[in-house]
Amino acid sequence: MRLPHAHLSRRYHFAASHRLHVDALSPERNREIFGKCNNPFGHGHNYIVEVTLSGPVDAVTGMVTNLSDLDSFAQREMLELFDHANLNTLEPFLDLVPTTENVCIELWRIFAAYPHANLERIRVEETGNNSFEYFGDGVKPTHEG
Amino acid sequence: MILLTRKADFSSAHFYWNPAWSGEENQRVFGKCANRQGHGHNYTLEVTVEGAVDPVSGFVVDLKLLKEIIEREVVSVYDHRHLNHEVPEFLATETSATIPTTENIAIAIWRRLAGKIPGAKLHRVRVYETPDLFADFYGEGV
Repeated sequence: MRLPHAHLSRRYHFAASHRLHVDALSPERNREIFGKCNNPFGHGHNYIVEVTLSGPVDAVTGMVTNLSDLDSFAQREMLELFDHANLNTLEPFLDLVPTTENVCIELWRIFAAYPHANLERIRVEETGNNSFEYFGDGVKPTHEG
Repeated sequence: MILLTRKADFSSAHFYWNPAWSGEENQRVFGKCANRQGHGHNYTLEVTVEGAVDPVSGFVVDLKLLKEIIEREVVSVYDHRHLNHEVPEFLATETSATIPTTENIAIAIWRRLAGKIPGAKLHRVRVYETPDLFADFYGEGV
């Protein structure tokens, strides 16, 4: 029997600081590209991460994945690193500017290792007015296009 | 082709319980959601339909009609009800149950609405259990 497939999305919140700066570029060029995001001591945001997973809906539990498994994975693999941190000091961003695009891609790498469902999308809101989505390398959205 | 989305809200009680399992197993898998007294949520439903824009009316579908269909097929059945006790698709037998998870609610609402919207095709059913948790169903596998 073919089971119905559904998508499940869960939102997580973390607060972090960052500074957009590329060492290889001159101070003037950094200022020109990144504007106030280049201010020397950094600034912060309340980030919202929306993780979308898909898979067959288990005939017994009614679930794509057990939320307690997903929440503990998110806590361990993401929130413990990102929440109340300076993103520039995290390993992935030592040599990579922590724009929200790059945060999206890094979070994709983290959640792609979640073993119980298929990762479809990572969406990150930097503020209520900015959001970024990543569907994996080279993949276009299948349902929204 | 245009996608058009209509929102509706309903407030319902539910709990997660598989009658084939022991109480301990239900507690282990479902945690506090297995509390037999139930708990509740303010659900938000988004129904997305797809269709061509009618050259005369400029509509994909008459929104008033879509609202009435959602009200009749879903909201009047689910709102201020206990899903496990009062909604047919979630009534348990002695040995099995369709657990009213967000995923299964989205599938059930898809089944209630599919084929009932004149002139448009159901594209997506999205159900928010809370602002931080939602399920999308595109009709895959039904």
